[in-house]
Amino acid sequence: MDRRKFILGSTSAMTGGLLLPGILGAASGEALPAGAVASGILDALPGKQPLIKRSFRPPNYETPVSLYRHAFTPNDAFYVRWHTGVPEITRAAWRLRISGPGVKSEREFTYDTIRRKFKMTEVAAVNQCSGNRRGLFSPHVPGVQWGYGAMGNAVWRGVRLKDVLEDAGLAAGALEVIGNGADAPTLTGPDFVKSLPMWKALDPDTLIAFEMNGEPLPKWNGAPARLVAPGWTATYWIKAVADLTVTDKPFDGFWMKTAYRVPKGMFGASGFESQDTEQNSPITAIKVNSLVVDPAPGAVLERGRRIDVLGIAWDGGSGIRDVEVSLDGGSTWRNARLERDLGRYSWRQWRYAIKPGQAGAMTLMARAHARDGSTQTDTLVHNPAGYHHNVVQKVDYHVA
Amino acid sequence: MSHKHAVRNAITSVVMAGSIATAAADETSIRLTEGPGLPQVQASCSMCHSLDYILMNSPFQDKAAWEKTVNKMVKVMGAPLTAEDIATVVGYLDSHYGKEPAPASP
Repeated sequence: MDRRKFILGSTSAMTGGLLLPGILGAASGEALPAGAVASGILDALPGKQPLIKRSFRPPNYETPVSLYRHAFTPNDAFYVRWHTGVPEITRAAWRLRISGPGVKSEREFTYDTIRRKFKMTEVAAVNQCSGNRRGLFSPHVPGVQWGYGAMGNAVWRGVRLKDVLEDAGLAAGALEVIGNGADAPTLTGPDFVKSLPMWKALDPDTLIAFEMNGEPLPKWNGAPARLVAPGWTATYWIKAVADLTVTDKPFDGFWMKTAYRVPKGMFGASGFESQDTEQNSPITAIKVNSLVVDPAPGAVLERGRRIDVLGIAWDGGSGIRDVEVSLDGGSTWRNARLERDLGRYSWRQWRYAIKPGQAGAMTLMARAHARDGSTQTDTLVHNPAGYHHNVVQKVDYHVA
Repeated sequence: MSHKHAVRNAITSVVMAGSIATAAADETSIRLTEGPGLPQVQASCSMCHSLDYILMNSPFQDKAAWEKTVNKMVKVMGAPLTAEDIATVVGYLDSHYGKEPAPASP
């Protein structure tokens, strides 16, 4: 398969790197590192539309904001994030093993036996990388320099993790469920393995999913099966999941103990007490956030012509209460119109009609409020790993 | 003139090269700035990942930050680098992809 290549900076409307943040939907005052702008070309992986390439190997590709116009993100537009090479597991070869001191008896399922034995169910949920928007941190922090596109919204279909665990039988003292995928480190580094607390593993919305948006998972997004932990960042959504170990003590692998951590108390309680330390906590639930999708930042708007601004808003599962828009730098705010509620873990589309009256610069701000009372921050809560960027966006337009 | 100005030049040349070379934008198309230590960087870093990780993470890391990154690759990820290799790689990254020096006060 030929892979189509595009260079963002070479398309007709753009004249160089300086305009790239606008294309990527960056708000004023926020910019990716210059090197990330230069190396962030549009590149199509097999079966995917052209996405913004952050790294070729392992493949890390983000979704351009312009592809967030749909209520659900098409599978071929869905972002890609791997720590290692992408495993190629056929359905016929796939096995899921359940074991550990926290289960009464071990289990092994094939693709057919697990789907036959347990009830299939669905959940609409945002899948968002912990490091989404890391590239917009100021000062910058090392890591994959994501813009706004390390996320997507999909309907996930599969069996409940709860049903599978209860089939094996939970033993007294079961504390965490450790998920391991079929991927493996290149050298002697730590295998990418993550654990969930029992309450999250037993949540009826936590799935072992085989499909997204009515189609089998693409290999880039975890075929044949992945964990779906709605409301929590995607680090827990183990792709190509192969092993589940129910443990009776806190799992101390590198990707739990050392990586994916936030300073203790900076973002509230983690809900994962067995992984909290005196200094820090695992990143867990997604913070309330919103994004302007259309018109793109930097767009030229026609004076006196009424248009609808389209955006999305989401949180870690309480649902979106309202989205407010300000056109005067944050002095006054008016509610946007919320579109249909597709479920508390889904993002919510919103629209706001504007009719620019004056020629010149115009700045639009959008701020989401969740049903749990939380809202976006006005300034960045800086943290070493570059997580939870949910600063109120300021989008600049030009009226002519 | 600081050698760190080379970063901007390198970035410019990547953009230019990219818009001319349309067919071969897989990881072999990544061009890092020529300089002492480049072969060691290519050999060491590309064992596990494409070299765009370096470009992407520039130019905002000072020498201490690059040292931390390289040490993580060795100590945690298992990259088989000697102390001498580490010094070569860190020196190259700092020289060509290091943080821009703060503007001198007038």
